Amino acid sequence: MYVSPIREPLITGKKTYKQITDEISAPIEGKAGKAWYAGITITLSALFLGLAMMGWTIWQGIGTWGLNKTIGWGWGITNFVWWVGIGHAGTFISAILLLFRQKWRTSINRSAEAMTLFAVMCAGLFPLIHMGRPLLGFFVFPYPNTRGLWVNFNSPLLWDVFAISTYFSVSLLFWYVGLIPDIGTIRDKVKSKFKKAIYGFLSFGWTGSARHWSRHETMSLILAGLAAPLVLSVHSIVSSDFATSVIPGWHTTIFPPYFVSGAIFSGFAMVLTLLIITRKVLNLESYITVGHVESMNKIIIATGSIVGIAYITELFIAWYSGVEYEQYAFLNRATGPYWWAYAIMMTCNVISPQLLWFKKLRRNLAFTFVLSIFINIGMWFERFVIIVTSLHRDYLPSSWSMYEPTIVEVGIFIGTLGLFFTCFLLFIRVFPVIAIAEVKTVMKNSGEKLANRDKNE
Amino acid sequence: MKRYISAYFEDEENLLRATKELRAKDVSIQDVLTPFPVHGLDTALGYKRSNLPTVAFICGAIGLAIAFGFQTWAFTVDYPLFIGGKPHFSIPSFIPITFELTVLFAAFGMAIAFFIRSKLGPGANNIIHDERSTNDRFVIIVDLDEAGNQDAIVKSILEKEEALNIQVKEIES
Repeated sequence: MYVSPIREPLITGKKTYKQITDEISAPIEGKAGKAWYAGITITLSALFLGLAMMGWTIWQGIGTWGLNKTIGWGWGITNFVWWVGIGHAGTFISAILLLFRQKWRTSINRSAEAMTLFAVMCAGLFPLIHMGRPLLGFFVFPYPNTRGLWVNFNSPLLWDVFAISTYFSVSLLFWYVGLIPDIGTIRDKVKSKFKKAIYGFLSFGWTGSARHWSRHETMSLILAGLAAPLVLSVHSIVSSDFATSVIPGWHTTIFPPYFVSGAIFSGFAMVLTLLIITRKVLNLESYITVGHVESMNKIIIATGSIVGIAYITELFIAWYSGVEYEQYAFLNRATGPYWWAYAIMMTCNVISPQLLWFKKLRRNLAFTFVLSIFINIGMWFERFVIIVTSLHRDYLPSSWSMYEPTIVEVGIFIGTLGLFFTCFLLFIRVFPVIAIAEVKTVMKNSGEKLANRDKNE
Repeated sequence: MKRYISAYFEDEENLLRATKELRAKDVSIQDVLTPFPVHGLDTALGYKRSNLPTVAFICGAIGLAIAFGFQTWAFTVDYPLFIGGKPHFSIPSFIPITFELTVLFAAFGMAIAFFIRSKLGPGANNIIHDERSTNDRFVIIVDLDEAGNQDAIVKSILEKEEALNIQVKEIES
């Protein structure tokens, strides 16, 4: 088989197939270490804090939040958009990179897709809590009711309901379908009868028959083809929540592509944050190599630059439109009372990723880790800036106001971080973090030159 | 009485060559179990292209029709609602939900078809021939005729490709 002499191997170390299976399934078979318990204690505490604050919100009402008549959307929606955006990297890696035949995705797609699911779960919580009466949340679905009414199909907020629920369901399906062969591997590997039964059930009776594989491959490809436009549609629809309104600062036609690239940008940052730690803790350095980190960093420069151009385009169009409200909205955004949020957004999202043009920095793990956190923060502030600065000074100066989150809102946000990391920590103990079967397929042509067992070659 | 021979390879190249040779000799291969999708194996085994994409297309079309039809019916026939003077039948604003449901139906329809067709699903209890066929062994199961005329030729092909654990099994049927 042809092995490129120039390209960096995707999997280092001369591995055999058995070694790949053993190394990737080691965290599932072994016992959790102290670090894992310490980690899950912290994340569970955060989760419980969040649950308490959510309970308080539901019990006491949305008045416990720092919102007021002028600023009706604050941290809740900021967090919602932030989490949905983070989810986008997983689908981008598993669907779009699959269609582009990027083999490096095989090492990171599984964990990135899991991250997508957890992020969308966190995101979905916010609109639900924000309703004030979550028990009536089912009102968003078009079902025959005594009121004789249907939901408003012209509203982007309703499109969101369909987009997010479809996105979650299809991502879950895509993730699970890809996981089935690996669950089969784990089933055949674990010793305990109880575990064998559980994994046996979850594996759906997978045997690895060539006929199943052939269909599985076809299905994965079509699912990727379906998920690729889906992921682009989801954040476009989220951006329509803003763009279809007539609020200066929101009423912008570039929102869909701008939000989508921002989403992929922030998603890759989160993937890097998680995987730089995971590869170290689970000893998967030979699968998630520095080369993988570099590839992800390249996507970060590309999407980060698109985001930067979008920011500048917004400013230009605000000036060029000649609309004084639009002009004021952007002037106020950059120099008004929330200038610091705008400055954080600009520094973290536009300037910091440009450092990645240097190859040394792209391949530096510590730098990448710090940068990924910066981008996570910057992208959170982007949503905060768009939402709060566009609202806080509306047409009547008498209703101008400022917004500050209360402890309840902060607590809920910390709670979702807790939920996200708790789910991820559970995931790495239960399922293989790397797609075992997929890594084996790239082993021969993209691995380090194997000790070739095929003597006839 | 049904007879078959089973063996495993340690490398997919051997499996591929053996498969091609066996097929050239008109031997019927019952099943091949591999730990990962081996490139070119489905053509070597002579599998036809799967119909799953067609299933996905049909399910997607159903989703599209349901979503678009329902929105149209609800907003023009059942309860025409005035929203900011916008038209009742506004195609552009029906597109997002139509698209989402098309994808949803296509994806789930295809996955369900895959599970039914492959007889996989929660609680499916398929026989596992070799626990390492999901790990690092490429297992081949070849049908033999009752008279045993093919035994020698199959065995020689398997042996040439360094197959291990070659076993002839017989089951009453």
